[in-house]
Amino acid sequence: MTSSTPASAASAPMTVTHYRRFERTDRLLHGFLMFSFLGLAFTGMPLLFSHELWAASLARIFGGFYAAGIIHRFCAIVMITVFVIHLSRIVQRLFIRRDLGVLWGPASMVPQPRDFFELIAHMRWFVGLGPQPRFEHFTYWEKFDYWAVFWGMGIIGGSGLVLWFPELFAHVLPGWLFNVAMLIHGEEALLAVGFIFTIHFFNGHLRPEKFPMDSVIFTGRVTVHEMLEERQDEYARLAKLGRIDELASAAAPRWVYTLGRSVGAVAVILGLIMVGLILFALLTK
Amino acid sequence: MTRVFIRLLICTTAIIGSAAAAAAGPSAQATAAPKPPTNDECLACHGDAGAVRANGTPVAVKAAEFAASIHGAVGLACVDCHADLARGAEFPHADKLKPAQCVTCHGKAVAAYDTGVHAQARRSGKNLTAATCVDCHGAHDIKPSTDPESRIHHSRLLDTCGRCHGDEEIIKRGNIKIGNVVGLFRDSIHGKALIRSGLTVAPTCSDCHGSHDIRRKSDASSRVYRGTVPVTCGTCHEGIAREYWTSIHGAQVQKGSPLAPVCSSCHTAHEISRIDVEGWKVAVIKECGTCHEESIKTYRDTFHGQVTALGYSRVASCADCHGAHTIVPKADRRSMVNDANRVQTCKKCHAGATESFAQYDPHGDPSNRARNPFLFYTSQFMKMLLMGVFAFFGIHTGLWFVRGMQIKAAARLRGQGADDSTEDGR
Repeated sequence: MTSSTPASAASAPMTVTHYRRFERTDRLLHGFLMFSFLGLAFTGMPLLFSHELWAASLARIFGGFYAAGIIHRFCAIVMITVFVIHLSRIVQRLFIRRDLGVLWGPASMVPQPRDFFELIAHMRWFVGLGPQPRFEHFTYWEKFDYWAVFWGMGIIGGSGLVLWFPELFAHVLPGWLFNVAMLIHGEEALLAVGFIFTIHFFNGHLRPEKFPMDSVIFTGRVTVHEMLEERQDEYARLAKLGRIDELASAAAPRWVYTLGRSVGAVAVILGLIMVGLILFALLTK
Repeated sequence: MTRVFIRLLICTTAIIGSAAAAAAGPSAQATAAPKPPTNDECLACHGDAGAVRANGTPVAVKAAEFAASIHGAVGLACVDCHADLARGAEFPHADKLKPAQCVTCHGKAVAAYDTGVHAQARRSGKNLTAATCVDCHGAHDIKPSTDPESRIHHSRLLDTCGRCHGDEEIIKRGNIKIGNVVGLFRDSIHGKALIRSGLTVAPTCSDCHGSHDIRRKSDASSRVYRGTVPVTCGTCHEGIAREYWTSIHGAQVQKGSPLAPVCSSCHTAHEISRIDVEGWKVAVIKECGTCHEESIKTYRDTFHGQVTALGYSRVASCADCHGAHTIVPKADRRSMVNDANRVQTCKKCHAGATESFAQYDPHGDPSNRARNPFLFYTSQFMKMLLMGVFAFFGIHTGLWFVRGMQIKAAARLRGQGADDSTEDGR
């Protein structure tokens, strides 16, 4: 299959070498999400690991604890804005465009029975008990990534706001909830940082098939080869509907790749450094 | 040297001159009753700046200095202190006289000195260079302590004590365990007030340690014995001391507790700093934690404790909520953390604090089900969530990695080289 794909054809203008996967707005939102997530992680972890030597140094890099706190809140506003825009886009698709595909079907992030079967089949393939499953538009691990972030936004964002404005929230919430909010904010952040900087990075970039990086979130396009290899069911469905050509495109401009790879590399390196610091702290505790 | 001997010879001749003039022959010297020399007679030899003993050590006395000294002013004779010669002697007199006997006049001061640490060190033979009268007061140039030129004037005593207690070499040689305290003191709030601001009310060494009867801090009769420290500090900080004695710590110290903190436990002895300095505010938390282990542990798990652990002091530390000198148990109606006062205490920083706000537990402990049930169960849930997610995806990722590498290796074996699936067509 590999040798016969159009991917190996000479790339000329208008030649179909790629299929579009992510819209520009979603890619931009992901960019802001990355930026704010890194900012939040690097300004927040010094507090959670305040007893570590590196924590004080890290806080100093940001201009001390107070400045780090301001950066943390700024990034929080950016991330909450990303979340609100994303939610409003879903609402728009659902209620204005009346696109029920948001709720169910291949274009939906909602977990569905096939996700469970894909998971089982994928695990069986890992250990050589079956063939590689055929995937649709969103795989189960992509949905998990999505919902992990979604849940994290709600939990960390919500608890963060409570901690940001405790006097305001104390009008409606009991004070002991601040203890809980503090705990959740930290533990959930540890989960998010640990997950994104290891599992998400691996699934997206570092696994052997993608190493060193998958540019799709920056360019919005996958190669024809990737589409045929990794999302057979999606390709088959779209081909059957005759809609596959709607997604056809040329490669993204070179600068998009350069930018994407640079930004991605920086994010991965920073993320792995943070994981290293956290592991060091946990292991030397 | 020769010149000096010539002069010694001349003055000896002068002293015995009058007797020699009256009678001649061997009986003349024997019958002359020895008379104590006058100051002028002593100075005839010792007034020479180069006067030395046979072994070369100097024995010069500056006449003007002595005249300007308190002893000179009251008209003391040399022999009043150098009592060996009070009944007269043959001149040149013996090379080595007894040390000047301060005790003759200053009986009380010497008796006090004898009970002090300097005398003890000398008696025990451990430190034969420990200070005696002259080391602090000088010898022929002694001035009253009120004279700004005196070695023991309030503004100069620090330098005088510092000749030993600020000299690393002497500290080492004398095995002075407390170390370079004068060096530390110079940078302290007391030292700066004394040296830089010239405040006469700022304490110097003797204000805390006494002067002649300086005792070790382990000595129950010492001014710096732990139970006495608040009294000593209280001579100036009277208001604070009064507050302190009403606190739980003060009450415990009064009962003889060897653990309850005294002033120096938190403020140190020689390095006392301003309390609004960030470094101090952050460091003193540890001091509370030496006894209140549980409290510091739970504090460190809260936002307040995390920020201070990073070295920043703008958030609440122990004293901000519990008070410092007035600290009493929570059950006491006067306590800042008593239920009746909590909201007011929170309001010091959180202006909008309410009853509900004050339900926050600044020592919340996720592992204490009885104290913080919601926190406990949330913590258990979060632990399981984290372990579950990382365990599952750890296995998932590990297996995927192995499988991915196998496929890559197989592809390479088949001679396909680099799999172009990671390439984006560029």
